[in-house]
Order: sequence, then structure tokens, then C-alpha cells
Amino acid sequence: MRIDVDWSCLKKTKFHEYAVRFIFGGAITVIAGIIAKKWGPAVGGLFLAFPAIFPASATLIEKHEKQKKQRVGMEGTVRGRKAASMDAAGASIGAIGLLVFAIAVWQLLPAHATWAVLIEASMLWFAAAVMAWQIREHI
Amino acid sequence: MIKEILTRMLIGGLAVSAFSALGDVFKPKSFGGLFGAAPSIALATLALTVSANGKQYAAIEARSMIAGTVAFFIYASAVSHLMMRYRPPALVVTCALIPIWATVAFGLWAVLLR
Repeated sequence: MRIDVDWSCLKKTKFHEYAVRFIFGGAITVIAGIIAKKWGPAVGGLFLAFPAIFPASATLIEKHEKQKKQRVGMEGTVRGRKAASMDAAGASIGAIGLLVFAIAVWQLLPAHATWAVLIEASMLWFAAAVMAWQIREHI
Repeated sequence: MIKEILTRMLIGGLAVSAFSALGDVFKPKSFGGLFGAAPSIALATLALTVSANGKQYAAIEARSMIAGTVAFFIYASAVSHLMMRYRPPALVVTCALIPIWATVAFGLWAVLLR
């Protein structure tokens, strides 16, 4: 399947929807830090993969797809929920990339420069996620 | 303390917003969804943790993140399956299934990492 980029989607997202993502993302980063301080890094680390933004993103996708269908006179509820389901399927595949990221940071961080490790691990995340997505598309 | 909270809030918020916006612009939706599992919180947290507590401390967090990620995979798969099969509202499913993430993440932590 072809991958497209549609920048107009950014204009469809309202200010308060960006604000919700910012607040949720910021809040879970703060909470992960507080938990690590109180119960140690082994517990705090779990929250580095907490699906904090997932409910807000899925709801937003459902809403936007529904509105798109309603503009052409259709109901759009089923379409919206199907789109949110596809997004969730993508996130589950993306988790494979996230696993590669975590393993890379765990193994490389103690002996290498922090910024180099974070950049390399991010590149590995993206490569693994895209590869897993392509494999999934061809099955 | 307040300064650290504000820094975490700002960096975490920006990282999550940026990856979410990237997920919005890519089509098809399943590809955009990859960014729902981007290491946004991890990038924000780990960089700050290394500067405050050192590399070994951050490496322990990254090791635990593996358990959190396995939990994320099961959670997102369950959300996708339920939504595809029964078509409930996204907000209801994504919030109602968060205990799955917590059970798997803390279960793995208790069995393998404690």
C-alpha cells in the first residue's frame, strides 16, 4: 500500500485538541518521573510505554473521519470507528519498534553518549516499526 | 522541584504533540498509527533522567520499558480487535482497556524485574 502525506490534516485539528495532547503528554512525563522517584526506576520505567495519548488520539481520529463522511451526507459513525481501529492496529505494530528502542537504550546507554544513543534508538524504532508494518501489509 | 516538573511537562508535552501530529499527516491510518507507539514520553524522560540521576538509573528505566512495551502491544491489539469487531466508541474502549496495560506491565515487572 502506498504511503501518502496530507499536511491539511494539521489544519483540521483544533487548538483545544492540540492542547489536550500536550497536557496528557506532559502529565504522564511528570507522573513517570514522580513514580520513579517514589518507587524506583524499575517501576517508573514501565510508564515510558504507557498509552497516555492513545485515548485522545483514537477519539480524535474517530471524530475527524465521522465529520468527513457527514460533510457528504453520510452518517459516518462506522467509518470513524473503523479508522480508529486501523490506527490502533498501527500502534500495535509500532510497539514492535518501541520494543527495539527500549532494548537499544538499555544495552547502549551505560557505555555511550546519551544523545547518540537516543538518536540511534529512535532511528531503530522507526526502521523496525516501518519494517513490521510492511511485513504486516504483505501478509 | 517545581522547575523539574515544569521542564518535564514542557518537554513531554512537546514530544507527544509532535509525534501525534506526525501520525495525523500519514496515510493510510494503519501507518499513521505507528506514531501512536512512538517513544515520545521515553525520549523526554530519559534525557532528563540521565542529567539528573545518571546513565545506570536511566538504563534500568529502559529495561522496565520493555515490559511496558509488551503491555502496550497487547493493549493496542485488544483495542483494535474490539473496535473492528463490535465498533464501540473509541474513547470507551481505549479507556476501559487501560487495566489490561497495567495488569500485563506490572505482572511482567513482578515476575521478571522485581
